[in-house]
Amino acid sequence: MKPDLLNDAELVDLAQEGDGSAMEELVSRYEDKVYNLAVRMVGNREDAEDVLQDTFLNVIRSLGSFRGKSSFSTWLYRITANAALTRLRKRSRKEKSEGEFLDEVYSVKQAAQSGERLNDWSDSPAKRLLSEEAKAMMGEAINELPEKYRTVFVLRDVEGLPASDVAEILDLSVPAVKSRLHRARMFLRNHLSHYYAGEME
Amino acid sequence: MMDCKEIFESLSEYIDEELKDAACRQIEVHLADCENCRVVVNTLRRTVTLYHEIPSETLPGDVRLRLHKMIRMEHPKD
Ligand SMILES: [Zn+2]
Repeated sequence: MKPDLLNDAELVDLAQEGDGSAMEELVSRYEDKVYNLAVRMVGNREDAEDVLQDTFLNVIRSLGSFRGKSSFSTWLYRITANAALTRLRKRSRKEKSEGEFLDEVYSVKQAAQSGERLNDWSDSPAKRLLSEEAKAMMGEAINELPEKYRTVFVLRDVEGLPASDVAEILDLSVPAVKSRLHRARMFLRNHLSHYYAGEME
Repeated sequence: MMDCKEIFESLSEYIDEELKDAACRQIEVHLADCENCRVVVNTLRRTVTLYHEIPSETLPGDVRLRLHKMIRMEHPKD
């Protein structure tokens, strides 16, 4: 049977028996997703290529111990997230400390309750909100997220996985995923607000 | 009525429509009266949709070739 007609679990069985074309089909099926996830996690294409290679190297080396308790894609995303975090720890980091991060998250809470009027930029045209410069700023803002928030945000809001899948990939409870996601979003919302406010002046 | 601090932690679940009806109503009662929290909700929701709208990174052809070369070395075809 042609590999592209088989489902993931069937391909994994064949690859475990040493079938190289089954392995290549699995790689072709997921390489775009893994690469995109890697770019968002590490913030640049050079490191993302290393993450991509490391991920599939780890997949090949540990495929023998994959028992199919979770789906192949869940297992693969876990390996990708770990490979990205390993890469991030090797280079100089831009992320905030947990304390600085939480201060920024909760500054909104203070601001909302103060007399200060918050600026609503949500109705601005997409052309302005998603200018090339704005997109670059959004990528840099992800780089400032401490890793435990970044991983959750990228899997849930960039890749669009359900919270229950993110919980399984990262071995967290669903409420823990939701709480980290909320803080990450609030932090990013602040960054976007500061950027768009400066831009409108 | 709940204050700004009390609804703050639930705002992501609110925009994701994951709250039970009663909790959702409490937030809406607050939002009707609090302009700043409405701004936070609008801009939080827009932040999430903007990140969804950024196009995916496409895998460059040369990166793909190097990956498949590595795969064939590590997991040779029989
Ligand atoms: Zn309020």
